[in-house]
Amino acid sequence: MLDGFLALYIFMLAAFTGYEIIARVPVILHTPLMSGSNFIHGIVLVGAMIALGHAHTSFELAIGFIGVLLGAGNAAGGYVVTERMLEMFKTSKPAPDSKEAK
Amino acid sequence: MAWPQTLIDACYFIAALLFILGLKRMSSPRTARGGIVWAGFGMLLAVVATLLLPDMQNRGLIVAAVLIGVSAAWWSGRRVAMTAMPQMVALYNGMGGGAAAAIGASELVSHAQDLAVRVVAPNTFPLMPESWSPLHGATAVAPLSPVALALGVLGALIGSVSFSGSLIAFAKLQGWLDRRFVFPGQQIVNLLVLAGAVVIGVMLATGHLTIALVCAFFVLALLFGLLMTLPIGGADMPVVISLYNAFTGLAVAFEGYVLQNEAMIIAGMVVGAAGTLLTQLMAKAMNRSIGNVLFGSFGAVVGGEAQAISGSQKPIEAADAAVMMAYAERVVIVPGYGMAVAQAQHKVWEFAQLLISRGVKVKFAIHPVAGRMPGHMNVLLAEAGVPYDLIVDMEDINPEFPVTDVALVIGANDVVNPVAKTDPASPIYGMPILDVADAKQVIVVKRGKGTGFAGIENALFYADNARMLYGDGQAAAGQLVAELKTLDG
Repeated sequence: MLDGFLALYIFMLAAFTGYEIIARVPVILHTPLMSGSNFIHGIVLVGAMIALGHAHTSFELAIGFIGVLLGAGNAAGGYVVTERMLEMFKTSKPAPDSKEAK
Repeated sequence: MAWPQTLIDACYFIAALLFILGLKRMSSPRTARGGIVWAGFGMLLAVVATLLLPDMQNRGLIVAAVLIGVSAAWWSGRRVAMTAMPQMVALYNGMGGGAAAAIGASELVSHAQDLAVRVVAPNTFPLMPESWSPLHGATAVAPLSPVALALGVLGALIGSVSFSGSLIAFAKLQGWLDRRFVFPGQQIVNLLVLAGAVVIGVMLATGHLTIALVCAFFVLALLFGLLMTLPIGGADMPVVISLYNAFTGLAVAFEGYVLQNEAMIIAGMVVGAAGTLLTQLMAKAMNRSIGNVLFGSFGAVVGGEAQAISGSQKPIEAADAAVMMAYAERVVIVPGYGMAVAQAQHKVWEFAQLLISRGVKVKFAIHPVAGRMPGHMNVLLAEAGVPYDLIVDMEDINPEFPVTDVALVIGANDVVNPVAKTDPASPIYGMPILDVADAKQVIVVKRGKGTGFAGIENALFYADNARMLYGDGQAAAGQLVAELKTLDG
């Protein structure tokens, strides 16, 4: 299992990874990236499922159910919205000047 | 059916890898589309693996909740207009924060119940595992380490703030709440609510776990998110949404530690760091510090009278504007959110294509905060089919304005307002702007004579080289297209 320092290393390396990925990103992708990172923290769904999977009292069941519902919404919504945005990005370069050549 | 733990751990590892690779691919326009698919596959893998964890119960309930949540979000995400994207991101982000808070709540409640069982009947079943206890149906839970308890409480606090705050942000951008709620002593009230939540949080984290305290903690935390977001104006919402996105990431990472789930820790932390940097970039683009966004409301910090603007707005007809651009060498189109609201981006792109076919060099200049958040305008233009290599950032286009024949400003206002450079009393003073006024001619498409989103008079409209083309963005762009076509014969 994760002891204190091992977890701390993971926290640190993950934080640097996130920082480095975003640091070199062009402004045009900020909105899709915010949406994409919003999707990625949808992994919270997994935690909510574990919480509901270990719930016993009705109080715990209710909290867990709401958690899974919200987490699923985060993951699915984040995916759909990001995918729709990124779908639209295209360049005029690969098909050189198809419109401009007229 | 249950999979061996190793296989499940491997799934989580692959999921975390796919998240990072996916996010990496999303940071370049060429590979971005594939990036989200990779990350999506990672998510699917993690969810399936979790369902097959050996000690999971209530699987039916879990599947039901997942199906309901996924279909509701999928349906709403599919049909929402691109202009409404920022508030949908806020909504889904709030859901994530809520889920993280729910995990924290679930952990705290089960431990509080466990303690209650032991306190009520301390010596009844001294040698019996608590799991056999008759009370509440509550079962024994392995006691959390102090670090896990503290991080669990912290994650719950951050997640709750992100949840209620994001919902307010959503409501504001959706236009359900169009007023700022400001009252005297608001900062003090907010501070007291936060202090209350923190004090109770510390009590919980140091082992004073009772159901009542847990409930009070969540009420205060949710209330703080609400109070913190209500006074923030709509113009600052993108920064706030981005901040809450980072918050949710952190909350997920902390709850991941509590659950000993590495995929959650890594994904949450990556988003937490990336989101923090993104928030800083956005705040910088708007010339606002994050502290200023959160604790000072837009316009409230202005000292002194704004400078009076002399001159008059000079109108122009669509036919003249079309001719002016048709015979120009370089045209820069500066779109703003107003263009997107009028759904004019398709007409504008049609117009630009006609110009390009006449040999005019056309570029689209985008201010970092054009639209409702950085990059939003790029998405809206991309939706209309504008290739992204015709779209230029502020730093790259500003030196080009002096050699630009015509700058066509459509639906943009504050981001081209020279007052940001000249008038220290203006609330937008210091904000970087597009130097449209340097172009030889400026044509501004505008609905009427009113002020922009921030309610500030725009000196550009009174400049000698500026001409106003009044009208709805879509109608005006349509007229320009029609005039250009008659010109071509």
